[in-house]
Amino acid sequence: MQENKQLITIKGTRDGLTLFIDDSCSFEDVFIELNGKLTENHSKKDEPTVHVTVKLGNRYLTAEQAARLRELIGKENRFRVQSIESNVVPRDKALSWMEDSEVKPINRIIRSGQVLDVKGDLLLIGDVNPGGKVVSTGNIYIMGSLRGIAHAGVNGDRDAVIAASYMKPSQLRIADYISRAPDYESDGVYMECGLIDEKQDKIVIDRLQVLSHKRKDLNGFERRINNG
Amino acid sequence: MGEAIVITSGKGGVGKTTTTANIGTALALMEKKVCLIDTDIGLRNLDVVMGLENRIIYDIIDVIEGRCKLKQALIKDKRFDYLSLLPAAQTSDKSASTIESMKKIITELKQEFDYIIIDCPAGIEQGFQNAVAGADKAIVVTTPEKSSVRDADRIIGLLEKKDMDPPSLIINRIRNHMMKNGDMLDIDEIVHILSIDLIGIVIDDDEVIKASNNGEPIALNPNTRVSISYRNIARRILGETVPLQSLEDEKGMFYKVKKFFGMRS
Repeated sequence: MQENKQLITIKGTRDGLTLFIDDSCSFEDVFIELNGKLTENHSKKDEPTVHVTVKLGNRYLTAEQAARLRELIGKENRFRVQSIESNVVPRDKALSWMEDSEVKPINRIIRSGQVLDVKGDLLLIGDVNPGGKVVSTGNIYIMGSLRGIAHAGVNGDRDAVIAASYMKPSQLRIADYISRAPDYESDGVYMECGLIDEKQDKIVIDRLQVLSHKRKDLNGFERRINNG
Repeated sequence: MGEAIVITSGKGGVGKTTTTANIGTALALMEKKVCLIDTDIGLRNLDVVMGLENRIIYDIIDVIEGRCKLKQALIKDKRFDYLSLLPAAQTSDKSASTIESMKKIITELKQEFDYIIIDCPAGIEQGFQNAVAGADKAIVVTTPEKSSVRDADRIIGLLEKKDMDPPSLIINRIRNHMMKNGDMLDIDEIVHILSIDLIGIVIDDDEVIKASNNGEPIALNPNTRVSISYRNIARRILGETVPLQSLEDEKGMFYKVKKFFGMRS
């Protein structure tokens, strides 16, 4: 039955080829058909490499299957797999995405010597005392005084921000940037946030209001999904 | 059934032993049966501050290792019957006692005494863990210095993990003129950072050093401001509501009257 039905549809676009793979047949069938298609259309040697986007529909590929597919398509250096897209996400990955983009409310005081480490955004209702540290993979919002260390975007998200009701941190860290308090005694600031300024290439502290235009996608769930 | 209160601070030299001696004395003056325990094994001081050094025969390690009964090791205070002291050993070190043995001693003492005040060693190691093991409550002592407040914060963090009520705070060695000038952390700032209940403030006074050198807890002398402070703390421990006076008012009515007549500068 499957013989008379096309398992693979190829479409040419401006950016290269898109392979639509039927999602109701077995992976082995796809593999065989794709292999056949690739060998029968033997083209001239000096053609430039063509970028290929693979669309899987509702099919899920394991890492091993994806690797085999990439290897097959890229075998003769004529094609290069740009991306493999699928409508399906495994449960655990989806959960970890959700964890990464959730806001975690935590109600306690982070005292000297204590470290609070969360995945996703942190909403701390309480203070971070000197010597205490809060770490998150996303943004950090503190309803209280930040007097210790805050590290946002610990996995490398440079768009992460740190906001606090009262800011007098000993250090602010965002992704791989670090800034520290000045050596002279200074007063803290109320309702401000720390974020990476691209132009100055460092962490700056600014009023909370600037977030609405500097970090427009702060409320976006999809931001971190798209960033992977 | 008595209550065990541990006096701790993290940092050394902020006045844990002095506080223990004076709170114990103040509670005993209010006719509560009090037992002081010195858990600073190897560096005992509480007996010296209480002026009971010469009377030590057995110590807490003798009790733990079964060389004597608990009752035999307790020293009755020479001034009044309500107060007893369980001294630390000077020859062993902190590994000689364990959490279980401390709990056992404190449970036994609770049968007989109303309050058991435990003097904790400095630091956060085994000695600290032993000292807080049997306590129902903790009082954290700090001075208005950054380093001391930092350590108090750490200690509070550790105490919060234990199964006991939230600790209370004593700010010790306050120098009013420095606080006014802003050279010292002020009380509100300290309480704000540590965010626990303040149970008392004690000013820095030469009399305290003098008294502890004489082996007489200053709480016995009702004419000093420090003594009043400790008595107020004791009253708060008993559940009375004693207003926290401002540093000026802490001097007391008598002082004001004297000042009014120009008897003191």
